[in-house]
Amino acid sequence: MHRRLGFARAVSRAGLVLAAAAFMSLWAAGASRVEARVFDPETFTLDNGLQVVVVTNRRAPIVTHMLWYKVGAADEAAGESGNAHFLEHLMFKGTDTLGPGEFSRIIALNGGQENAFTSYDYTGYYQTVARDRLEIVMKHEADRMTHLRLTDEVVLPEREVILEERRSRIDNDPGPQLREMMQATLYLNHPYRIPIIGWEHEIDELNTETVLAFYRRWYAPNNAVLIVAGDVTAAELRPLAETYYGKIPTRPVPERKRAAEPRQHAPRIVTLRSPRVRQPSVSIAYLAPSYNSEGSEHAYALQVLGEILGGGTTSRLYRSLVVEQALATGAGSSYSSSAYDLSSFDFHASPRPGIELEPVEAALREQIEDVRKDGVTEDEVAAAKRRLRASAVYARDSLRTAPNVFGRALTTGSTVEDVESWPDRIAAVTAEQVNAAARAVLLENRSVTGRLLPEPAD
Amino acid sequence: MMLRSAFIALFLLLAAASPAAAIEVQRVVSPGGIEAWLVEDHSNPIISLDMTFRGGAALDPVGKEGLANLVSGLIDEGAGDLDSQAFQGRLQDLSIGLSFSTGLDTFSGDLKTLTENRDTAFELLRLALNEARFDEEPIARIRSQILAGLARDSENPRVIVRRTLNKMLFPEHAYGRPVSGTTESVTGLTVKDLRRFTAERFARDVLVVGVVGDITAKDLARLLDETFLGLPATAAPVDLTDTTPSGKGGVVVVEKDLPQSVVVFGHEGIERADPDYYTAYVVNYILGGGGFSSRLYKEIREKRGLAYSVYTYLNPLDRAALVVGGVATQNERVSESLDLIRAEWRRMAEDGPSEEELRDAKIYLTGSFPLRFSSSGRISGMLIGMQLNYLGIDYLDRRNALIEAVTLDDARRVARRLYDADKLTVIVVGRPEGVTATRPAPELKS
Repeated sequence: MHRRLGFARAVSRAGLVLAAAAFMSLWAAGASRVEARVFDPETFTLDNGLQVVVVTNRRAPIVTHMLWYKVGAADEAAGESGNAHFLEHLMFKGTDTLGPGEFSRIIALNGGQENAFTSYDYTGYYQTVARDRLEIVMKHEADRMTHLRLTDEVVLPEREVILEERRSRIDNDPGPQLREMMQATLYLNHPYRIPIIGWEHEIDELNTETVLAFYRRWYAPNNAVLIVAGDVTAAELRPLAETYYGKIPTRPVPERKRAAEPRQHAPRIVTLRSPRVRQPSVSIAYLAPSYNSEGSEHAYALQVLGEILGGGTTSRLYRSLVVEQALATGAGSSYSSSAYDLSSFDFHASPRPGIELEPVEAALREQIEDVRKDGVTEDEVAAAKRRLRASAVYARDSLRTAPNVFGRALTTGSTVEDVESWPDRIAAVTAEQVNAAARAVLLENRSVTGRLLPEPAD
Repeated sequence: MMLRSAFIALFLLLAAASPAAAIEVQRVVSPGGIEAWLVEDHSNPIISLDMTFRGGAALDPVGKEGLANLVSGLIDEGAGDLDSQAFQGRLQDLSIGLSFSTGLDTFSGDLKTLTENRDTAFELLRLALNEARFDEEPIARIRSQILAGLARDSENPRVIVRRTLNKMLFPEHAYGRPVSGTTESVTGLTVKDLRRFTAERFARDVLVVGVVGDITAKDLARLLDETFLGLPATAAPVDLTDTTPSGKGGVVVVEKDLPQSVVVFGHEGIERADPDYYTAYVVNYILGGGGFSSRLYKEIREKRGLAYSVYTYLNPLDRAALVVGGVATQNERVSESLDLIRAEWRRMAEDGPSEEELRDAKIYLTGSFPLRFSSSGRISGMLIGMQLNYLGIDYLDRRNALIEAVTLDDARRVARRLYDADKLTVIVVGRPEGVTATRPAPELKS
């Protein structure tokens, strides 16, 4: 519920607006001409390097204010997993002028709602308030960019909180435990292999010093993006941004250089058996490019491929495994292009009660092999593109979608123009490009299969 | 610093406009007499329609638990001349979102469409409500999905704990039964059951509609008739008695090999129509409601790091009312957490909130009200809630005054009326240490 953790790129698990989820996982990078616009934002950059994006939406007299830092779990020092997320929690524990918890109290006393999230590539803080409270929010968010003050008295109990959070999210549930093992196996060298929330034994060792060192290293106006959506314009926002954020000096921030993946030579299989599993399932993850990684020319085509294979109840996977062959209760795929480094293209399926996992996995592999060998049809591509473009219209509806989309884009190497051009770039995808992307990405040696199985009866 | 901020907040609140000023709710009545509440918003070419029939899973006949839920999974799986794939294909091709869901007291539909596909979207909704096919293939498929879900739920501590609490609080009433049924009951449901359900439960006299977005009252009036006029005028009579949740209290432990125990607790609450409801709502916010400032949040999470999440909420159902809370903590610290929660429960009952707490809660609850208007779907959902609870079409304008009117005396009186630590039924799923079960775990059929 609180201080949630934005898990991985593929799983848009934060409750950050469901309607947005489809679109959020989709927008883009590259370069081409611009026709359809998505959010029509205004942007400017302060002298200290803080980039500001404003999306006006006048449905209600409210605003969402989000500050995204271009740092996340993948930027942690070795052995300090969970540090980025721990800092996110501790950002609510006081500054030189505010006591622990007082930030939240002030937001509540202004009728505001707030939270924060951590992912591999970014850490974000947000508040939604009535438009006339925006200044108060900006003042305090700017304050904690540089004036965080921590003591062991508040840090140590909060470490217990994140250990409980880890138990809730992962250790109490075999599904997330398997996903953690798969992630650690899909990436052999890149820090995406390490869980965002951290390994338990390393969380145990995090402390005031590790957190403050991370904070001082990465939190700076020139390493952040401010996004404000709602009943406000750039002309109204700019003087406030100058007043509160503008006075914070630029500081040198390290380059984000993560260890790269080596060439992978063999498929991997991870099996988790547990008496707590009552319904088996299988998932297969393939390393895939993002907008910002090598192979990014496939990013748009992969989104179209994902829609054809796994986009809902008329997709290839659902139709074949769930409806026609009647083997599975569910089958689908997911892919997100927004990551600073590599992404993954994931498949999943669960057998119907009474059916073994094996034929379901075989049917899933057959579909993957089929699309890799024979490709997709022009009709499929046209229909998928139509649906994807419609999602951009829905994306304008909710106040929180635009800041989420821009936040993810701007912290993972994409630009405002990339987001706004997304519908055009999707429209430009051809069947040949989809087929080339499928051939480039669906490679067994770059995959991990995860099987979730019940403990066999004694 | 802190005082200064609080002062600023109070000052600004007085100056703030009515929270709902930007939202105008229209009552639209079609020529055929179908009523909908509408918020027009032409800024995006999107329409969001929510509809609810009063009457949900609690009306499932004994032995046919899960019927309403199965119907909600099937009426968009083929209707009229369109079989399942054709129906879903229409939705997908036109990017129309249509889904149905069941609660204990409600059966609801949610339609989202681009303006350009509006008439088709409404027509598909009409077909789903009036001409569901219930073909063999989708029945087998959706039933298998539900059965797989039940199997998963049978080892999911969050589900086990909820189902156990409901069973303990409502041992004899339909509210004690799971919305999605049991393996046995779901397996036994027939096409005849499904058809009977739609014939009896889908009717105009129990229908509530809320619409938000790019549509005029005139266009909506016509579409309301086209969509809903084919439904029977009245639903079949219902047989569901008012009830009081069990106040026996006690602790139930469901043994599961987990590193973290999942805990819920609850007893009788306050009905939505009760004059004390708003006071209870404010008091609950102070004890364990949302945000990072409740008493339980401070005691359990902030001071001691006992849990990531601890909460309470009011759950007023049609025939009974509950106050429910929950926490999840490592097995070693369940006992300590429960002692603290009970102590806070008692302290609130005995002393009520402080003047400052009440003031802060009112500031938050009134100031945050307009934040609910952040998407079409959220607003159309509110239009449904307002109608289901008979709050009046001017509710958005009146709501903050209802919160403002809560006095400290009210708050203390209602806290005493509401909270009773001795009546709490506590369910723990896990391997809690130092916790003694005082009542046996009921058998849950999965």
